[in-house]
Amino acid sequence: MTDMTRLGIDFAGVHFKNPIVPASGTFGYGKEFEEFYPLSELGGISVKGTTGSRRNGNLPPRIAETPSGMLNSVGLQNPGIDHFIAEELPYLKTKDTVVIANIAGSDADEYRTIAEKLDKTDVDMIEVNISCPNVKAGGAAFGVSCDGAAQITKIVRSATKKPVMMKLSPNVTSIADIAKACEAEGADAVSLINTLLGMRIDIRTGRPVLHNNVGGLSGPAVFPVAVRMVWQVANAVNIPVCGMGGVSSWEDAVEIMMAGASLVQVGAAIFNDPMTPVKITEGLSEYCRTKDIMLKDIVGAVKPW
Amino acid sequence: MKYTQGIYPIIRKKAVAAEIYDMTISCPDVAAAAMCGQFVNIKVDGFMLRRPISICGIDKEKGTLRIIFEVRGKGTKALSQLSEGQLVDIVAPLGGRGFELLEKDKKAVIIGGGIGNPPMLPIAQHYGKNAVVISGFRNASAVILQQDFKESGAETILCTDDGSAGRKGFVTDALADCLKKEKPDIIYACGPSVMLKRIIEQAKNAGVRCQVSLEERMGCGVGGCLVCVCRTIRDGEEYYAHVCKDGPVFEAEEVLFDD
Repeated sequence: MTDMTRLGIDFAGVHFKNPIVPASGTFGYGKEFEEFYPLSELGGISVKGTTGSRRNGNLPPRIAETPSGMLNSVGLQNPGIDHFIAEELPYLKTKDTVVIANIAGSDADEYRTIAEKLDKTDVDMIEVNISCPNVKAGGAAFGVSCDGAAQITKIVRSATKKPVMMKLSPNVTSIADIAKACEAEGADAVSLINTLLGMRIDIRTGRPVLHNNVGGLSGPAVFPVAVRMVWQVANAVNIPVCGMGGVSSWEDAVEIMMAGASLVQVGAAIFNDPMTPVKITEGLSEYCRTKDIMLKDIVGAVKPW
Repeated sequence: MKYTQGIYPIIRKKAVAAEIYDMTISCPDVAAAAMCGQFVNIKVDGFMLRRPISICGIDKEKGTLRIIFEVRGKGTKALSQLSEGQLVDIVAPLGGRGFELLEKDKKAVIIGGGIGNPPMLPIAQHYGKNAVVISGFRNASAVILQQDFKESGAETILCTDDGSAGRKGFVTDALADCLKKEKPDIIYACGPSVMLKRIIEQAKNAGVRCQVSLEERMGCGVGGCLVCVCRTIRDGEEYYAHVCKDGPVFEAEEVLFDD
């Protein structure tokens, strides 16, 4: 059992016992990972992206390995918000960890409807995906412009009193401007980065490796991009930043926190080693003990040249 | 325990055909929990994604699992270069649904195509002389497991595409002959999807229950990432099931194939 006394973080009004949160889409609804460790070891869980009704997602293949990373194009397969609220949330709420609902819609009304439904539950926080690169009619269309990001933030904000965290796309010219647009409409936090849009082609067949042709790149390959964007956003807004993108070790977690993240999501690394979130937490605990600091003291502690 | 992650020694490794390796891992807790038709997800140093490989043998007394895999790319190449005594990091046993084994005195036809043969061995060992095993390969240099299948007591029929070993032709031709002679209680199959699609049609026409083991590119292996989907019918609607958690074994009538 990790000594978590130095790892606590208050983030957008919610207390996390440690800052490590499995990222949406890499951890299902958590149950599958209870075979490896109790979910209470985690700071929180960002559950699989949930839409207004059940979605089958994209045809396979949905995954491709890349140098130091992977592409995916799941396409928001999920059983829908009503299923989540009735079947998954009550169970997760017994697990002594922060439950973050991740939501996505194909239009503004869908975001509103889902947020209104979640407002009536005991979910701890809502992460709003405006950056899924794998759904034609959805998410990402809003996340790539300040107007679109502001529009969805405003709608979700007016639909719920829960803490609202907007999940941002890196496939933009200025992610700091998008973050500011979200902040201006009342977002409590932002999380970044979602995956970088990528593509691989099988040169023997001439076919893209993914059936969706394109997909989201994640893993260690994107980590420097994530650190840079977290740093830019943290300098641009006054709301807290949740950092993610290729975090695979406690050293990576320290680095992205120094860039300005006060919460850290871990995604693709879980596929390589399902124990990663717990190993990171243990590493952070040892780091803080050795340096005799509280972890929150390192948030934004980078000393730029 | 349903499944676990652990680091275990390789106690035996050998090449059994061109670019095909046979490996035994000592992992008593995993072997104790493993069931016929499940798989292991193996970490390969330097690669992001684990490699899912079907279980070819479960020895609960010795506490070992046997896997046979083909070198398909750089990851499996690296795996093939590990030697006896070295350690492998596995998440196993995985697969929410393996092969359902009927009473030993039922008649089973077991069909493997190429690297789809290894998961069929434990089924043959269960049914023994009441099983017919039909194995298909490209050519003689790709043939594996024939001695093991014979030792199980099953009748074996070897097919190669070019006739360089056994009878010339596809496993589906051999299955057609079997079905003419005697109607089995169940058919099991694992192999390329074109083969599975044809076998499912044959089973349906003959009115025989059929279970197939599917393969798809996989991420976490436990049902968390949802990448390894296959098209199925569930409650009358098309549903993209997950090979890792909902399978890898499916009833024939659940599975939909692309046209």
